[in-house]
Amino acid sequence: MQAIVCQPTTAPMLFSTEGMVGVIFLLTVALVFTGAVIAVNAQRLVRAVAGLAICFTGLAGVYYFLLSPFLAMMQLLIYVGAVSILIAFGIMMATPEEKDGAGMKNRSLLAGPLAASVGALMFASLTVLALKTQWQVFPRQGTFDIKAVGMALLTTHSLVFELISIVLLLAIIGALVLAQRGRN
Amino acid sequence: MQLLNLYNCLSTYLVIGALLFSFGIYGMVVRRTVIGMLISSEFILAAASTNFMAFNRFLAPDPVVGQIFTLMIMAIAAAEAAIAISIMIAVYRNYKTIDTDDLVDLQG
Repeated sequence: MQAIVCQPTTAPMLFSTEGMVGVIFLLTVALVFTGAVIAVNAQRLVRAVAGLAICFTGLAGVYYFLLSPFLAMMQLLIYVGAVSILIAFGIMMATPEEKDGAGMKNRSLLAGPLAASVGALMFASLTVLALKTQWQVFPRQGTFDIKAVGMALLTTHSLVFELISIVLLLAIIGALVLAQRGRN
Repeated sequence: MQLLNLYNCLSTYLVIGALLFSFGIYGMVVRRTVIGMLISSEFILAAASTNFMAFNRFLAPDPVVGQIFTLMIMAIAAAEAAIAISIMIAVYRNYKTIDTDDLVDLQG
């Protein structure tokens, strides 16, 4: 696969294979956008978690388009399958009665527009940066497949592999200790 | 129809990452509960890994490195979510609330 920043090919027809791939990509991006809007704006936290799951499902599709089916599957397993469920359990155990607009109370009138302008400023500046920069393409040496990822994890990047496992072990023990403290 | 060719462009994915990042920042500011802020922080992490994956796909010489970096980010995010939820449950036991406005013991 050649590294091309933006392929200058002619536009595909809508009802060809490439056209349908483009349509599916647009649907995936729409899923990401919809999920993010729901997750940030929902009044009830359970709906926000549902938005998170929708957004990360779409993001798994985006990873698939970035030529990494392995990470798409990991995204579905870890984020949609584990993290969203974990947050849902946290809401069940630690949210008092769900009032309307819980989580949005007590805030000053300016907080919403101010936060929106901060987010819009971030988005605008990052977009300008992404579109204006001349990216430098290096010649490709490796491949994308899962076999190469596994080989690299056990040879070149074995330290990362060990670090991940230690971090996860410490997180498990730490979560148990923290959640058990003061339980009586 | 240039719209159907967007998935072959680096900047499309960078814009998606910027979008996720700005949603995360907006959520961090606007949410008043710890769980809401946790959800928003997941968006910021997802934006970072989207950028890594995009540069990995289009620019990097060895396309394995970005995937491993994204795997690392996913593991860190999972650990962070677990720790944050357990801290939140401990806080809820002591204060009976997870509203950030009520947790002001360190305010002096």
